[in-house]
Amino acid sequence: MSLISLKNVSYRYSSTDDFLALNNISLTIEKGEWITLIGANGSGKSTLVKTLNGLNMPQEGTISVDGLTMNEENIWTIRQKVGMVFQNPDNQFVGSTVADDVAFGLENIGVPRDEMIERINRSLEQVGMQNFKQVEPARLSGGQKQRVAIAGILALEPEIIILDEATSMLDPKGRAEVLETVKAVKERSNLTVLSITHDINEAAHADRIFVLEKGQIKYVDVPEEIFKLGDQLIDLGLTIPFVEQLRYQLMNNNLHLPNEFMTKERLVEWLWKYDSKM
Amino acid sequence: MGQKLIVGRYIPVDSFVHHLDSRAKLLATILYLVILFFANNWITYLILTLFVGLGIYLSGISFTYFLRGVRPMIWLITFTALLQMLFTSGPTMYFQFGFIYISKEGIQNGLFIFLRFVLIIFISTLLTLTTEALDLTDAIEFFLKPLKIFKFPVHEMTLMLALALRFVPTMMDEAEVIMNAQRARGVSFSEGPIMQRLKNLISLLIPLFISSYDRAPQLATAMEARGYQGGENRTKYRELTWKKIDTVVLLSFLVLFSTVYLLRG
Repeated sequence: MSLISLKNVSYRYSSTDDFLALNNISLTIEKGEWITLIGANGSGKSTLVKTLNGLNMPQEGTISVDGLTMNEENIWTIRQKVGMVFQNPDNQFVGSTVADDVAFGLENIGVPRDEMIERINRSLEQVGMQNFKQVEPARLSGGQKQRVAIAGILALEPEIIILDEATSMLDPKGRAEVLETVKAVKERSNLTVLSITHDINEAAHADRIFVLEKGQIKYVDVPEEIFKLGDQLIDLGLTIPFVEQLRYQLMNNNLHLPNEFMTKERLVEWLWKYDSKM
Repeated sequence: MGQKLIVGRYIPVDSFVHHLDSRAKLLATILYLVILFFANNWITYLILTLFVGLGIYLSGISFTYFLRGVRPMIWLITFTALLQMLFTSGPTMYFQFGFIYISKEGIQNGLFIFLRFVLIIFISTLLTLTTEALDLTDAIEFFLKPLKIFKFPVHEMTLMLALALRFVPTMMDEAEVIMNAQRARGVSFSEGPIMQRLKNLISLLIPLFISSYDRAPQLATAMEARGYQGGENRTKYRELTWKKIDTVVLLSFLVLFSTVYLLRG
């Protein structure tokens, strides 16, 4: 059985409005998958992930998470299974120190104090922030704050972790740090990851990419296939990977490359062979 | 901006005062402030000053921090003390000119008021420099707990207080960014006539308000996503532990209280 399944889900923000933020979406996510959600601004990405833990309750359709149907009764159980990391690291930091912030979620679900301390230590270690326990948020970098946010989610031992553009406000270094952390944690505890991003490198990590357009799912495919869309990607709110850019430039300069997605290694290999033929 | 503000800052030092329970410290500080208003002669003021001096010594924090706490208030204090000196008449008059008197009692009162202000600032700075804001919030929550029978929302109040304290540095940083951004566009916050400067302040205040409105729902969403359902059934990570030494400290303040009460003139 799939971990998450949506069946004909529609959502509108205001009942008087005809605009559907989500229009009849059906999809399934398996356990242990890394899914990236891409789409232009206003395509409904954030709305979609917010329906997964009941922050937005859809007016139509059914959602089930780990066998539980989303309704008012199950909502808090589901929220424990679905951890979310949001965009702005400052606006989701609740505690006045790192340890307090990680503790916040545990306090909410009534974990006894001894177990809490253990879980805080464990999750801070997982994200490599164990030496920052007593540090205040003002003294952390953006990437470090997001790692603490991830630790706060990990302490709750969720089934799925949702990154709602969690790296969009970070510098390249912080972004790489956070992605590495998520990747390491995912592998260790067989987490399911659902990330929303405009960052191509983050999208390349994914097992599958969902492309959203105007509240509907337009494509679902592996990154290699999605990256083949080329110029269309820009309209979908994503840049083209560097290798693709290079391939296009070379093709514009009358070099006849095979028309398929290439990784860096394959392009290097191809160029190398091509060079030896001349 | 953050560098100048001493009140409300916490300085981590491994000291005697730092390890005291925040409830003991809060009670002791309140008790001290009450005693301060009973003191009215040299011997009582001397005892109180020595007591604060001992506290500062035991906190292991450099005295310059305390002086920096007084500095922004020094003109107000001096002004008040001078008013007392100049407008108090007494039996032992040194000088009189119209409604200006300089008497022995006046000078003494002025000095006492000066000392009283400085001691108030010293003791409250001592409290905030040695106690983390969250521990202080926990102490307040502890003392407000009895109000629960009157349906007073104790948990909500203290959560608000804790969040407000948490966001002080964030908002200060933001204010500075906005100020610099407006300066870059030619707004001056420190020059020109007073009305113009007040008007210029609008360009700082409005963006700051709007960004707080923006911040609030984001924070609320993040809290809800992490399972926050209000104060019911919550456990606490932070724990206050009352030790013997806390009782001793509180008792010593009670002794101080009675001594000053007996020695006052």
